[in-house]
Amino acid sequence: MREIAITVNGDRRELEVEPRELLVYVLRERLGLTGTNVACDTTSCGACTVLLDGESVKSCTLLAVQADGREVTTIEGLAENGHLHPVQQAFHEQHGLQCGYCTPGMVMAAVSLLGENANPSESEIREALEGNLCRCTGYVNIVKAVRHAAAV
Amino acid sequence: MAVTEHETGIGASAPRKEDARLLQGQGSYVDNLTLPGMHWMALVRSPHARARIKNVDLSKAKAAEGVVAAFSGADLEDGWAGPLPMAWPVTDDINNPPHLPVATTEARYVGDAVAVVVAETRALAKDAAELVEVDYEPLPAVVDIEAALADGAPLVHEEFGTNRCYTWPLKGGEDVDELFKGADVTVEERYRQQRLIPNPMEPRGVLAQPVTATGEITLYSSTQIPHIARVTLALATGVPESKLRVVAPDVGGGFGSKLQVYPEEALGIALAAKLGLPVKWIEERSENALATHHGRDMIQEISLAATKEGKITAVRVRLTVSMGAYLMIITPGTPLLGAWVYGGAYDIKGYEFECSGVFTNQTPTDAYRGAGRPEATYAIERAVDALARKLEMDPVELRRKNFITEFPNTIASGLEIDSGDYNAALDRALEILDYDAVRREQAERRERGDAKQLGVGFSTYVEMCGLAPSRILGVLKYAAGGWEAATIRCLPTGTVQVLTGTTPHGQSHDTTFAQVVADRLGVDYDDVEVLHGDTSIVPLGMDTYGSRSLAIGMAALCNASDKIVAKSKKIAAHSLEVAEDDLEYDGGTFRVRGTDRTMTVKESAFAAWHAHDLPDGLEPTLEETAVYDPSNFSWPAGTHIAVVEVDTETGAADLVRYVAVDDVGTVINPQIVDGQVQGGIAQGVAQALWEEAVYDDSGNLLTGSLVNYLMPSAAELPDFEVDRTTTESPNHPLGAKGVGETGTIASTPAVINAVLDALGPLGVTDIAMPATPERVWRAIEEARS
Repeated sequence: MREIAITVNGDRRELEVEPRELLVYVLRERLGLTGTNVACDTTSCGACTVLLDGESVKSCTLLAVQADGREVTTIEGLAENGHLHPVQQAFHEQHGLQCGYCTPGMVMAAVSLLGENANPSESEIREALEGNLCRCTGYVNIVKAVRHAAAV
Repeated sequence: MAVTEHETGIGASAPRKEDARLLQGQGSYVDNLTLPGMHWMALVRSPHARARIKNVDLSKAKAAEGVVAAFSGADLEDGWAGPLPMAWPVTDDINNPPHLPVATTEARYVGDAVAVVVAETRALAKDAAELVEVDYEPLPAVVDIEAALADGAPLVHEEFGTNRCYTWPLKGGEDVDELFKGADVTVEERYRQQRLIPNPMEPRGVLAQPVTATGEITLYSSTQIPHIARVTLALATGVPESKLRVVAPDVGGGFGSKLQVYPEEALGIALAAKLGLPVKWIEERSENALATHHGRDMIQEISLAATKEGKITAVRVRLTVSMGAYLMIITPGTPLLGAWVYGGAYDIKGYEFECSGVFTNQTPTDAYRGAGRPEATYAIERAVDALARKLEMDPVELRRKNFITEFPNTIASGLEIDSGDYNAALDRALEILDYDAVRREQAERRERGDAKQLGVGFSTYVEMCGLAPSRILGVLKYAAGGWEAATIRCLPTGTVQVLTGTTPHGQSHDTTFAQVVADRLGVDYDDVEVLHGDTSIVPLGMDTYGSRSLAIGMAALCNASDKIVAKSKKIAAHSLEVAEDDLEYDGGTFRVRGTDRTMTVKESAFAAWHAHDLPDGLEPTLEETAVYDPSNFSWPAGTHIAVVEVDTETGAADLVRYVAVDDVGTVINPQIVDGQVQGGIAQGVAQALWEEAVYDDSGNLLTGSLVNYLMPSAAELPDFEVDRTTTESPNHPLGAKGVGETGTIASTPAVINAVLDALGPLGVTDIAMPATPERVWRAIEEARS
């Protein structure tokens, strides 16, 4: 077992983890943050995307020990003072989600994108979200939502 | 029909009620649920497509850390009350093999469960499953539909002496042989519908919670069909239906793949009861590829007879369909859901259809978004284009010449299409596309020999959805009915609960059902909560599939609303001391005609609750249930147009534009309807261009993960240009038709027709799906040589 400390959504969390434990399972099963979903075994779908020091990572592909000493933001940490983050609000207004399963990862990937590029074009959005799969929307309203959030 | 329009009423894009929790990570997907004392189940799955199970040694697994139990199929064999359900024996002589949750003597596909382990954690269960030693005797397997029917083929189920499962015929209209004899022109086409993996983003999951003292069990399952699951799992496990509660919490997509009753659901119940522990299982993606049913997988032969002017007179269809290794809940019936619509939107005189089901050593097939109707639409829309090529006619002109134009219309296959205007949708789609401009650009590229050729492809589809009139289902030998139930409960404080027997997994029931109730009963949209997916909270239901929630479930809701208004009116008349006939009703308020004396439905709910002064004989409380059985299917239709750029040097086909004009009847929420159409289009386009479940000759699935099963991302798809025309369904209280499957049903042939249109001058007339760059390139090379 290894002792690690991760700042999750602003709170410092100290944990003992097995070296083989993936960050996503530490978030979900040890810290009770079940908003981050798991949908594949191969780093293909992006459902588990979280921010690590502000940049998107797939938390199914990161060992928890690799997050030691770093800051993690999950979907639960995005809204502030009861107000949705502009990306969350845009997904709501533009109907960027249906079943909602890919949504936390998709929203985190979009937040990361807008952190790097405040005003992406449609094709830049589509390229940037290539690692996040959605089976419900056909991506039309997801792309709209990201453009909408960028305009806010 | 008078409907009011405001921000949340019928016809408004009301903001979704589902979003607040889903956008903040507060969804209740099965994997998010944890119970005290919960243990984990892991399955051992056959690595062989066909093998005799000689011995299952569980000793090492049982001795492993954290393991509480391990069982082989044989250990559990006598504990089942019945097999897993197969609810649609389509013919009297169908070969229906026994199907237990864990195989006992023979594994019949890669992924077939052969043993199960229960341990304290997810990881320990998985570790222990790897310690189970199964002694297999590999046997020859069959994974090709036609090879399975050849003499001497290995038999998936030896007891039948054949791999043929059933043959089901349908004939209608004039004599088809005569029509073909008298035809000026005929086309005979053969298409392959490749096998697809539905891949909802949430894999399946099961959590079974027993109350050992009473024998009650609650099953949480990522399912589309909690009600059907309760009935059938009671029969399979022996847990009395009255003690079994099935809950579908938030479900992360289904697309038909969760319209199923799976081994893991029966096992969860059985092992939770046996061990007295909550038992959980969460499917991994690679497991999903093997253990969750697949879709499509058939060979289609379709022939058209026509006059030289292009009037289609007859359609003849023969299907040979892979069932996979077992018959799941509607495996045999799934291809037959398309049986009536291989004539498409066209006015034909004679129709002949035959479908044969065939066993193969593969994952069972069953419903995948559209189920039978995408296949039908693909065949007829491609065949119509083939006829257009033969007659050297514009595919648009040929379609117009053959459209059904009078409604209601009894089509040659025997059903009645209630309403539609196929030319209107086609006109609108051509206008959005600017058809002439696209054809001009195509001509220019052809003329200058551009490496990137342009193609435009049409799909003028009609679908049969809203499943389904119970009497027709009975005639077709389906075991259940097609009705739906809804309850409206007006609470004393003025808020309202709506119970629907349909159960969502992305379709926005919480929103649209609330919109309709708010509109009809004059309560605030925010004051309406929609409950679903729990057999203890919503006892009556037939669940969600076949675009039925709006078409059937919403009709039940409207009828329940009418009952509420009728009872409320009695209370209002009594309170206002007038006759019921003296009251007029509008948007939740009864008014004594010509006065300002009113009573609202909300006020009547309070009066009905305290019951101090109700009319004689009227029961207290304001709650009404309606059960609706449709008189007909519903018939969405429309025109989809794909524009594809094909690189003739690399074979890459790039979808550059997509126009969809659908007639889904009355629209409750335009934004949600657009979303349904867009998602469906993406799935249908994916079948045309990328997705395929590929098996090797030994029956190994080669596309068992999202690395090699090519689900499209945003980067592969364009924006979709969607619009609507509207003809109201005369059979639905709101005039609605359903929209869940239109995109998938319509889009696949539009894309392939576009690819072939691009390559027409090169002489390419066929391309197999998915139309990968390699396939397209080879087709071009073949045509050139």
